[in-house]
Amino acid sequence: MVTQVTSFSRSGLSDWLIQRVTSVILLAYFLCIAGTLLAGVDYPAWKAMHQTTGMRIFTLLAALSMAAHAWIGLWAVYTDYLTERMLGPRGNTLRRFCQLATVLALIVYVLWVIQIIWG
Amino acid sequence: MLQVSIYRYNPEVDSAPYMQDFDFDAEGRDLMVLDVLEAIKAKTDASVTYRRSCREGVCGSDGLNINGKNGLACITPLSETVKNGKLVIRPLPGLPVIRDLVVDMSLFYAQYEKIQPFLQNPSPAPAIERLQSPEDRAKLDGLYECILCACCSTSCPSFWWNPDRFIGPAGLLQAYRFLADSRDTATDDRLAKLDDPFSVFRCHGIQNCVNVCPKGLNPTKAIGHIRTMLLNRAT
Repeated sequence: MVTQVTSFSRSGLSDWLIQRVTSVILLAYFLCIAGTLLAGVDYPAWKAMHQTTGMRIFTLLAALSMAAHAWIGLWAVYTDYLTERMLGPRGNTLRRFCQLATVLALIVYVLWVIQIIWG
Repeated sequence: MLQVSIYRYNPEVDSAPYMQDFDFDAEGRDLMVLDVLEAIKAKTDASVTYRRSCREGVCGSDGLNINGKNGLACITPLSETVKNGKLVIRPLPGLPVIRDLVVDMSLFYAQYEKIQPFLQNPSPAPAIERLQSPEDRAKLDGLYECILCACCSTSCPSFWWNPDRFIGPAGLLQAYRFLADSRDTATDDRLAKLDDPFSVFRCHGIQNCVNVCPKGLNPTKAIGHIRTMLLNRAT
């Protein structure tokens, strides 16, 4: 058992499951948005669509899914390449810096989405 | 004439590894790669170092990177691997080189040890043997045949980057071999030790392991079964 404190859920199985569930949510949201755009939509209709409670919840769900999905994926990339094994001791510093920057960016994205759709 | 390029490195003499070329005449025969190495060692350069034992694909000693693909030198015919008259032989990637084509497999064996590759059953052993139905025995087919040559694990990028934390395809194939065994009673304990972000879940399913396995086994499928068992246990 390899202990990790920075992985999304601390459990490999949970991370794996969350990544798959969030990918389905993101696919559904992408298809919804792509379908709307391809069908042709003007600004008032676009705005009205995003002001419905259902669409607001769907958008927020997609934003939260994006954050969880991105964190799990990037955490895997960082712990593959930005490690002491690959880069020496500076790998640890670089990895933690990238993890912190990623978490902050994802929190900002989610808050920003909340402000746009609920503000 | 076959041009054979062999990875050479003797840490007591060389400051860095290098490739040494040998000309080899197979005289029209479709030899195995190991035969070529044996001939070069016997006739040209006795210092070429590699592991070999059974020379028939059973012991798993001569796992090498042959023209870019991991495989057993003793059962890889020249006709299968040689293109444009060139044969490039390197050690298995991702493990420290001890000398020439011989790698230090300590990390590989450490991961194998982690999965406790032995039957666990606290009940007293019967006088003759622990019986198994033919159906239960059939579940071990495609798992028990692994010869631990390390061709799969050393072709896996996840194992290259995290050989100390990711068990690797060979170890996981054996982990599932004991998880699937009806005689083993340590299933829950075995699964509990695998539920972290590295041991199993660093596998991203690229299937290099399936592509190179000289025994035609499918570690990716076994890893999928382990994931399903973990999922069924936890949800």
